[in-house]
Amino acid sequence: MRWACLLLPHLAKDAVLRQQPEPRDPAAPGVKDDPALEVAARDMLANWAYGFSSQVSLKFPRAIVLEIGASHALFGDWPCLERRLRSELQALGFRHRIVAAPNPFAARVLANVHDGLGIGEAHLDTALGQVPVARSGLPATARATLERSGLRTLREVFALSRDSIARRFPAGVLRHLDALRGLHAPPLPWFQPPDRFEARIEFDHEVESSHALWFPLRRLTADLAAFLGARDGGVQRFVLRFEHECRAHSELAIGLLAPERDAGMLFEIARNRLDALRLPAAVRGLQLVASELPAFVPASRDLFDARPQQAVPWEQLRERLRARLGDDAVQGIALQADHRPELATGDGTGARAVLPSPLALRPAWLLPRPVPLHGATTLLAGPERIESGWWDGGDTRRDYYVVETREGQCAWAFAPPGETTPLMLHGWFA
Amino acid sequence: MGAALALDTLIDARTVWRGQPASVPEVACHPTGCMALDRALPAGGWPPSALSEVLFDADGVGELGLVLPLLARLTRDGGRVCLVAPPYRVHAAAWMQAGVDMACLQRVDAPARDAAWAAEQCLRSGACAAVVCWPHRADDRTLRRLHVAAGTGQCVGIAFRDAREARNPSPAALRLQVHAGREVRVLKCKGGLAPARSFQLPARAA
Repeated sequence: MRWACLLLPHLAKDAVLRQQPEPRDPAAPGVKDDPALEVAARDMLANWAYGFSSQVSLKFPRAIVLEIGASHALFGDWPCLERRLRSELQALGFRHRIVAAPNPFAARVLANVHDGLGIGEAHLDTALGQVPVARSGLPATARATLERSGLRTLREVFALSRDSIARRFPAGVLRHLDALRGLHAPPLPWFQPPDRFEARIEFDHEVESSHALWFPLRRLTADLAAFLGARDGGVQRFVLRFEHECRAHSELAIGLLAPERDAGMLFEIARNRLDALRLPAAVRGLQLVASELPAFVPASRDLFDARPQQAVPWEQLRERLRARLGDDAVQGIALQADHRPELATGDGTGARAVLPSPLALRPAWLLPRPVPLHGATTLLAGPERIESGWWDGGDTRRDYYVVETREGQCAWAFAPPGETTPLMLHGWFA
Repeated sequence: MGAALALDTLIDARTVWRGQPASVPEVACHPTGCMALDRALPAGGWPPSALSEVLFDADGVGELGLVLPLLARLTRDGGRVCLVAPPYRVHAAAWMQAGVDMACLQRVDAPARDAAWAAEQCLRSGACAAVVCWPHRADDRTLRRLHVAAGTGQCVGIAFRDAREARNPSPAALRLQVHAGREVRVLKCKGGLAPARSFQLPARAA
């Protein structure tokens, strides 16, 4: 049971249907197959399967075979893995049949007649023997000849002597029969995941409300998350491209502070940005392109961290706030090595300074710009001369005083050097 | 209704409200930095997982001085503190003089109409130890949302409001009013009677 085959009998139809909002009716008329969509869906599924195994092959049409023998330790035994594969395929919107067998060719042929079968080396011959010749994956001419000779199942074919098969049929037939039984293993081309994610959904009518874009957006971000999970990476920047009729596409670039890959989070961020966007015209298609895919480092959580159940990690909260309030909305606060009060506080991106030890009391609030201080005041402390910045053009010479206003407010105000009026209010000792 | 009911069962079922709680129920309390005030409050300080209000007459009467000891203690323990839409620029030196670890402090800029939303998100997330906000013209509904969010996120929520709001009822667990001269009065404290006397905040120290 080293190989699993995921047979997707309705790949072309499912690829079209999953572009449409729920509930979908597979029997609905007017569902036309789209070869481009089918290829895209197959690549997407190969990426998804790559998350389970490093050996994924697309050699067989409408089927994916993957090596699972090496994955038991990680994903559990076959029933566990099968359940997981099924539920994820279900969520992705593909009808499927799953079979596990000792080699990829046997798995593919058994998937023609079984669903949910998982057999080991011991039962392979029995299981293969029961497969009708008509569904054995042999070339059509060979099948017709075998059936005309009265051979109905593979067991009867296996009973024939090799010499007679080699004499009567093309070489491919014997190779196929050997590959099924594991006597001979032709190499399979392995799937290589791309370094770039690109997915597109086209609408059959014009979409005018951003609300109606939520569904395709959810699909695209879920596909992106599946892709990222498979290559164990994250995304830090992606672009949503809105296609319009008769005019240039509009784009929405979404940048994150740290690489992320959670489907729900990506969708929420994209949706919040989308809500704030005004599109110039109705949308005919939506495309998601992610070309920068850095490594993903999951946040480490303390095992005994007693935070509430529904807690949102800080990174996610920060992205949510930035999505609605703007990219610069969330900032750190840090001291900077400058004596000028207006330059003494930074956003924490530069070097952090240490507090000079003999520093007079400073106000907690600083006004965006100094304003004249009117009314009677009582002097509490001062003056403190602050003189700096002659070298960078921001020359400052001020005498700072701590004063109390008539209302009992404690203020930080400055006057020109050597004078006590006029006082300019610069901060509050709150 | 002739049968006599045991008082204990009524109290255990919380159908009878007692004016003074028998014991201080809160375990994790956040002292305010003023001993006399802590002793008078039923939670022994700021109520955890709840919204508290600080009402003040004018800027610079000592309103932040009431909160800075709490923020200093929380940030020193590695807790994240968010300032949602502060009214002025933060002067880092003063906050560091008060003992706040600036690496744990985050400023969230939000326009007036989004400030309450941002504060609620921060409170509810559970990613912050304390959220300090300055809601503009917050109505009862908004404050109730903030209070519930603080409970959900197990976070200390502090809302600074104008002293004129003192007349209006509020769902906050604790309401303190700061007057000129660093004088604090308790307007409301859940779980006990508000003390009638006022308290003097300790003076600023460099």
